[in-house]
Amino acid sequence: MTGVYSGMPRWLLAVAAAGALFLIVPLTALVLRVDWSRFAELVTSDSSRAALLLSLQTSGTSTLLCVLFGVPMAYALARTRFRGQRVLRALVLLPLVLPPVVGGIALLYTFGRQGLLGESLRVLGVDIAFSTAAVVLAQTFVALPFLVLSLEGALRTAGTRYEAVAATLGAGPTTVLRRVSLPLVRPGIVSGAVLSFARALGEFGATLTFAGSLQGVTRTLPLEIYLQRETDPDAAVALSLVLVAVAVLVVAVAHRIHEGNAP
Amino acid sequence: MTRRLRRLVSAVVVFALASCSNTDPATDGVLNVYAAASLQAPFEEIAAEFEAAHPGLSVQLNLAGSSDLATQIIAGAPAEVFAPANAATMEQVAAEGLLASPSKTFATNVLTIAVAAGNPLGIESLESLTEPGIATVLCAPQVPCGAAAAAAQEVSGVWLEPVSEEGSVTDVLGKVSSGQADAGLVYVTDVDAAGGGVDGVPFDAAAQAVNTYPIAAVGSSGDPASDFIDLVLGESGQEILSSHGFGKPAQ
Amino acid sequence: MSLDFTAHVPARDFNVRFSLATGETVALMGPNGAGKSTLLSVLAGLLRPDCGSATLDGKTLYDDGEWLAPHTRGIVLLAQDALLFPHLSVLENVAFGPRCAGVPRSAARKEAHRWLREVDAADLAHRRPVSLSGGQAQRVAVARALAAEPALLLLDEPLAALDISVAPMVRRMLRRVLEGRSAIIVTHDIVDALLLADRVVIVDGGRIVEDGPTRLVLERPRSSFAAGLAGVNLMTGTTTRDGLRTPGGVQLAALQDRDLPAGEEAAAVFSPRAVAVHRLRPTGSPRNVLAVTITDLEQHGGRTTVRADHLSAEITTASAAELDLLPGAEVYFSVKSAEVEIYLR
Repeated sequence: MTGVYSGMPRWLLAVAAAGALFLIVPLTALVLRVDWSRFAELVTSDSSRAALLLSLQTSGTSTLLCVLFGVPMAYALARTRFRGQRVLRALVLLPLVLPPVVGGIALLYTFGRQGLLGESLRVLGVDIAFSTAAVVLAQTFVALPFLVLSLEGALRTAGTRYEAVAATLGAGPTTVLRRVSLPLVRPGIVSGAVLSFARALGEFGATLTFAGSLQGVTRTLPLEIYLQRETDPDAAVALSLVLVAVAVLVVAVAHRIHEGNAP
Repeated sequence: MTRRLRRLVSAVVVFALASCSNTDPATDGVLNVYAAASLQAPFEEIAAEFEAAHPGLSVQLNLAGSSDLATQIIAGAPAEVFAPANAATMEQVAAEGLLASPSKTFATNVLTIAVAAGNPLGIESLESLTEPGIATVLCAPQVPCGAAAAAAQEVSGVWLEPVSEEGSVTDVLGKVSSGQADAGLVYVTDVDAAGGGVDGVPFDAAAQAVNTYPIAAVGSSGDPASDFIDLVLGESGQEILSSHGFGKPAQ
Repeated sequence: MSLDFTAHVPARDFNVRFSLATGETVALMGPNGAGKSTLLSVLAGLLRPDCGSATLDGKTLYDDGEWLAPHTRGIVLLAQDALLFPHLSVLENVAFGPRCAGVPRSAARKEAHRWLREVDAADLAHRRPVSLSGGQAQRVAVARALAAEPALLLLDEPLAALDISVAPMVRRMLRRVLEGRSAIIVTHDIVDALLLADRVVIVDGGRIVEDGPTRLVLERPRSSFAAGLAGVNLMTGTTTRDGLRTPGGVQLAALQDRDLPAGEEAAAVFSPRAVAVHRLRPTGSPRNVLAVTITDLEQHGGRTTVRADHLSAEITTASAAELDLLPGAEVYFSVKSAEVEIYLR
C-alpha cells in the first residue's frame, strides 16, 4: 500500500489533527490531574466500590434488556413495511437526541408513583420509585436506540437473500431467524450491545431525575462522581479515570470480538 | 515533564478564555458577584438597588452551586464578591488566600420538611417521617443542605432512612413536587422559592441546625465590591433577604 | 402432471401458464426482463402473485387467497450466486436442509457427506464458504439444494457467474444430478437447454411464445428469440401458393417437398450463411431479394456477420471489405428459394 496516491489535501490533515487533539487533550488533562498517592484509597472506598458494582450490574442488565427488545425492534423495522413506519422509527430513535433529563422526566410521569403506569404497578405490588429497577429503566430508555439503530443498519446491509435460500431449504421463520439471520448480523448485535452498555454506563441525567441517588441502590458511578465533586474533587477525578478505564476496556473487548468474527 | 505539560495546557485554556471576555474590573463598569443559587431572588433585587445607586456600574450575577463557584474562583474566575451557602465553602476559598477581607455572616436559613401542597399525609414532625411507607428524600451529606439535615438528625435523635440522597436542593424538591417522594428536608427559602407545588412543615430541631451565609470580597477588588457587601449587610439588604424567608444572623 | 402453473400479473401484462411432468427438466428462456426470475420467485414462494394458481403433486402452492409458505413447498431455489451461509462450514451448509426436516444431527451429516460426494466435493466438507472458488461454491450449493430432497428444483442461471473454464465441469455434474428430476432451469445459454433440459419454454413480452422439445424448437423456431438462439433468420407471415407473404408485404419464395395450404400462419427460416450481400439489386436468377439497411457488423475470424435489424447474413470478411460495408448503408440480401424452409406455426 505504500506510495499509493491518496489525493488528500494537507490542510485537511491539519484540521483533522486539531479535531483529534480536541478529543484527546481533555482525557490527558484528566489523567494528569489524578492524585496517584491517594488513588488506590479513593477508588476502593466503600462508596466507590458500591457505585462501580452498581454501575456494572445495572448496565449489564440494561444491555440484556436492550438486546432482548432491541433485536426484535430492529428486525421489524428492517424487514417489514407499514404505514407510519418512518414516524415510528423517528420516535424510537428520539432518546438518542433527547436530553437525558427530559427522558428522566418522561419516565417519571410514566413509571413514577403518580405516573401513567405507576398507580397500576403499585396495585400489583411493584414500586419502582427509588429502586435499582428504576436505574435499569432509565439506562435502558437511553441505550435501547443505540442497539436498534446499529442492528437495523446491519440487517439492511445483510439483505434477505440468505433468508430466502434458507426458507426454500425448508427452514420455518423461527429457524431462519435462529440459524441464519441472527448469526449473520452477530457483529451488528455485538457492536450494538457494546454501544448500549457504554451509554448505560455513562447515564446520568435520566437516572438522577427518575431514580434518585442512594449508595448501593441507585447511586451509579456517574452520580457518585458528581457528588464527590462537591467535597473531594480528587476522588471525583480518580473515579472518572476508573470510568474511562472501564469504557476503554469495553471498546477493546468489542473490537476483538468484532475482528475475530470478520470473515 | 508532567507539570510543564499541565502548565502548557492551562496556558492554552487561559488564552482562549481571555480572548473571549474582558476581565479588568476597573474599566468595564461591571461588578462580578458569585452567589449561591438559593440567593437568586433576593440578590436580583439587591443588585437592582445597587445599580440604581451606582450609575454606570452594572452587577453581573453568577448563580450556581456553592462548591461549583468555589472551584471556579480557585481556578481564577474574575469574581469580586463571593456569597456561598455555607461557611465551609468560604473557608476553601479563604485557604487559597483569595479573600480581600475577612468574610461576614449576612443571613441564616433553617431546614423545613417539604411536603406535597396541602400536606395530604398530615406530616407534623421529623418523627412522622420515620413511619413505614413514608418515602423521604434528603440531600447527600456532601452538599450543604445534606450536612444540615445530618445535624438536625443528630440534635433531635430522630434517624431517617432516606430513599434517596440527592446532590442538590432542586432534586429533592423535584422528587417531592412530582409525588415520587412524600417528604424531603430543604431550606425554608427553597420552599418559598418553589412556588405552590410544595408546602413547608417546620420542625423543632431545625432551630438547632441553622445554616449561615457568609459574604466576602475576592482578590484585588475595589470599592464597588465593598459597597455591595455593605448594601447586603445594611438595613435595606436585610429587609429584602427576610422578605424571602432568610433569617438575620445573630449579632 | 407434477406441476401445474398459471401466473397473471395484469399490471405487468404477464400471463403465463404451463405444466411440468414428474422427472422432467424444463429450460426457461427469453429476453432480459421477460419475467423469468420473477416466475421462479413466485414458484418458490418468495413473491406473492396477484392472481393465478399453482399445484405441485396435488398440493396447492397458491390460489386465490390461498398461499403456502416457502418452507412447506418442497421447492428449492438455486441462484446464480451460491449464497452459502458464511457462518457455517460446507458440511453444515449441506446438512441444513435435512436438519430443517428434522433429521438428527449425525444422520444429517452423513447425508451431507453423501451429497458432497455426489457433486465431487467430498474433500471440501470442513472448509469455510469464504475459502471456496466460484465453481466449488456452486457445487456445494447444488449438494445443499439436493440434500433438501426437493419435489421441484429451480435453477436461476446457475452457471452464469462461473468462469468459462469451470462452467463445463459444473454443467456436466448438473446433467448427471438433474437426470430424472423435476426441475426448471432459467438460462441464456442454448448449450444449457440442449444438455440439461428435455423441453424448452420461451417467455417473451409476458407470454409463452415457444414450448416444446429443445431440439425441435431449435430446428423449427416460431419466435424471433428462438430463431436467434438457433442462429437462423426467421420471417413470419401467411402462406401463399409458392411461399410466404409477411404482414409488411414482402414475398418470400421457397421450394417445398409438399404443398402448404394457402392463407395459413407460417414461419420461414434460412441460415445467415445462405444469404448473399449486394450493393446493387441483383437480377437474373430466381432469388429472394430483400432491401435492408445495415445496423451492425461483427467480425469473427475470417467471417463477418452483417446484421439488418432481425435478419443477418454471414459472408467472408474479404468480401465484406470489398463491398465497403458500414452501418447505415443500404444493401440487398438475397437468398435462394431452395435455402428457405417454410412451416406452419
